[in-house]
Amino acid sequence: MFGWEFPPHILGGLGTASYGLTKGMYDNGDMDITFVIPKPWGDEERSFARIVGANSVPVAWRDVSWDYVQSRIGNVMDPQLYFDLRDHIYADFNYMGTNDLGCIEFSGRYPDNLLEEINNYSIMAGVIARTVPCDVIHSHDWLTYPAGIHAKQVTGKPLVIHVHATDFDRSRGNVNPTVFAIEKDGMNNADHIITVSNLTRQTVIEKYGINPEKVTTVHNAVEPLSEEIRNIKMKKGKDKVVTFLGRITMQKGPEYFVEAASRVLQKTHNVRFVMAGSGDMMEKMIRLAADRDIADRFHFTGFLKGRQVYEMLAASDVYIMPSVSEPFGISPLEAMQMGVPSIISKQSGCAEILENVIKIDYWDINAMADSIYAIIKYPALYNHLRDRGLAEIDTIQWKKAGAKVIDIYHKVIGH
Amino acid sequence: MKAICFYFQIHQPFRLKTYRFFDIGNDHYYYDDFANDEIITRIAQRSYLPANAMLLDMIKESGKKFKVAFSITGTALEQLEQYVPEFIDSMKELAATGCVEFLSETYAHSLASLGDPDEFVAQVKAHDEKIFQLFGQKPKVFRNTELIYSDDIASMVAAMGFKGAITDGAKHILGWKSPNYVYASAAAPKLKLLLKNSKLSDDISFLFSNPEWESYPLTADKYIDWIAALPQEEQIVNLFMNYETFGELQARETGIFEFMKALPRFAKEKDITFWTPSETLSKLKSVGELSVPYPMSWADEARDTSAWLGNDLQNEAFKKLYSIAERVRLCDDRRLKQDWNYLQTSDHFFYMCTKHRNDGAVHSHYSPYETPFQAFMNYMNVLSDFIVRVEEQYPLSIENEELNALLTTIRNQAKEIEVLNREVTLMRNNIIKAEEGDMEPVVEDKPAEPAKKTAKKPAAKKTTKKVAKNAE
Repeated sequence: MFGWEFPPHILGGLGTASYGLTKGMYDNGDMDITFVIPKPWGDEERSFARIVGANSVPVAWRDVSWDYVQSRIGNVMDPQLYFDLRDHIYADFNYMGTNDLGCIEFSGRYPDNLLEEINNYSIMAGVIARTVPCDVIHSHDWLTYPAGIHAKQVTGKPLVIHVHATDFDRSRGNVNPTVFAIEKDGMNNADHIITVSNLTRQTVIEKYGINPEKVTTVHNAVEPLSEEIRNIKMKKGKDKVVTFLGRITMQKGPEYFVEAASRVLQKTHNVRFVMAGSGDMMEKMIRLAADRDIADRFHFTGFLKGRQVYEMLAASDVYIMPSVSEPFGISPLEAMQMGVPSIISKQSGCAEILENVIKIDYWDINAMADSIYAIIKYPALYNHLRDRGLAEIDTIQWKKAGAKVIDIYHKVIGH
Repeated sequence: MKAICFYFQIHQPFRLKTYRFFDIGNDHYYYDDFANDEIITRIAQRSYLPANAMLLDMIKESGKKFKVAFSITGTALEQLEQYVPEFIDSMKELAATGCVEFLSETYAHSLASLGDPDEFVAQVKAHDEKIFQLFGQKPKVFRNTELIYSDDIASMVAAMGFKGAITDGAKHILGWKSPNYVYASAAAPKLKLLLKNSKLSDDISFLFSNPEWESYPLTADKYIDWIAALPQEEQIVNLFMNYETFGELQARETGIFEFMKALPRFAKEKDITFWTPSETLSKLKSVGELSVPYPMSWADEARDTSAWLGNDLQNEAFKKLYSIAERVRLCDDRRLKQDWNYLQTSDHFFYMCTKHRNDGAVHSHYSPYETPFQAFMNYMNVLSDFIVRVEEQYPLSIENEELNALLTTIRNQAKEIEVLNREVTLMRNNIIKAEEGDMEPVVEDKPAEPAKKTAKKPAAKKTTKKVAKNAE
């Protein structure tokens, strides 16, 4: 598998989904999974998959000793694997700017020279493909499609690509042609395409012109929360708290949340609104909140991570995700796990599987305001969504999603 | 000798418009007139009117041997009067044949029988008055909303003086017993029960046009043969269904009208007659008592009340609604009373049902809302506004008992004032008489003046009482 993010060091939903799916597949048994990421930190969970860091894969030959390798990258990779990989270098990449081990450095993030990193990642994939035997190649999101295609060309094994998002979601239709080309190329070369929702499946079929038979939806799931997180209790004040949690970007529809908040506050006062996260629209949102004269009740927390996210959820009475276009959207599931009733836009992939949430159109500010009001004012609704939501979320398991992916593997191997 | 007892139900709720929380306190009109008009007109054109014409034909052709019963809710009648008045005329024509019986029920098709006995009685009365006013009949047999029935309800119904009640022949109540007999209530043995024959009723209302059904196509002679083949002792077959069955649930093209028209002829061949519920009750004796400790109904798989009061949303809405019942009864604002009726209609609760699978499909089919949550939110917003209006009349800070006491005092004082006024006039007259020495007869009542005073006085009293209360 080729991926870009892996917990605990994640930047978005991609890492969480990659982790959950891999683990879910492993739980189905009889799976040997190698998961390649650009830059491991050494604290990734490795019980169910072999994590290989792209920045420890040599692409140029260096005469180094076992001990030296052990001391340099021993925390993230078995030195034996390094030497195995070194034996499979297929061209001289010394011109690439390699380090003392003959490896290319990766940021593991989304830097400005992202396209270059993607290219480097694909070069590195050639070495892995020649070293690690496999039956199926699985690429997560467009960043790793070139690597997947490369590996497929080297090994002749079938390629499955996993579409966690398309550029149509990220840009509200203003597609970057380079990204589109990479995505389209990946989809054309793939033997099968997995999408995280029917919404995304439709985009892949319609916007990228892919044969529908080649595209299957496997909805995401959630990992059960640890005891520790479930027991996070926050002191609740008099005021009800309505929370938006995510990147503050065009895709997430933050302005609709601000507008809805101002309507709710016209009618009732014991509510506070929180916009947690950061993004390029944050400043604009702060100004909008001030302009609507609700700044005293509308709060910005900045970027939250790890435990902070759950603390924020534990302190919330309503979770809201007004995304304009969300391929799946795993965060409402997390809110439900924490017992927070959720309002999500119908334009979110997770709306396809969730039952005990309130679904609205992202642009329907009145309906959004109404739903917020109802949850905070009518305890029966709050309790119903909380209790049934908790029960529902228990049934949405990665193991089931993993089984579906394995079925797809069997199909493509059979061909 | 066997008989078929037909009863058709006609009901339409006043559907609510999208009512946002910021309308609370600002907008007191709750109904989606467009949808209500559109739906009742459509159903009347497709179903009620042609079905009425069909029944009239059948009654005439059979020489008044063909008989049916109707239960029409007050809300449906109001909508029909407003949007399809020709239906009322055609119903009157049917009623005039003497072959149609009207049943009693709650005015608003409400669930009052499950939560508020006083309201229940009041609504049944209101409904029966409406029926009498329109069709000149006093209903003698009771059927509750969605055939909801229990021992408690039986006692209330019997106390209101009904001879019989109609309910469902639910398997969990009947067990091995057959619905084709007359039973009596265990709680009120004088109250006889007619039970719906679910199988034969559903064959017409649901399965009739289903090509996958093994008995498809259903013909009148086949159907009558089934009834004739029932054991000799089973004398009555109760076929209860929605009137929309004809033309709406089963479209005209399925031949449902022709099927019905052919029934009397084949029935005659097999010596099967048609009775109204009252007739049935007077002709047949009860074969045994039925005990129904928990409320049952004709809805869903479970045949219980979970379609309306099965989840916490429904229960909350129900509780909130009836928590102000006493207040509303104290009011005499007609608009308020009207809204109170419309809000009690069971359909609003039905839309909030969160059941899945087969039952869920039925629920979402009839619901104007996309999800049960929207149904709940919209209803609660409307209810909140309604409560605000009730509160404006009588603040909730005063306890019901206290309010009652205050109102009694006011009424008593009003009476007292009236009496005193009368005395004053009497005295004045006497004085005048004494002065003039006239022997004219004493004029007892002088209505204009006292009436005005009594009208004014209570209001003033009320406010002073309130102030006194607040001062405490």
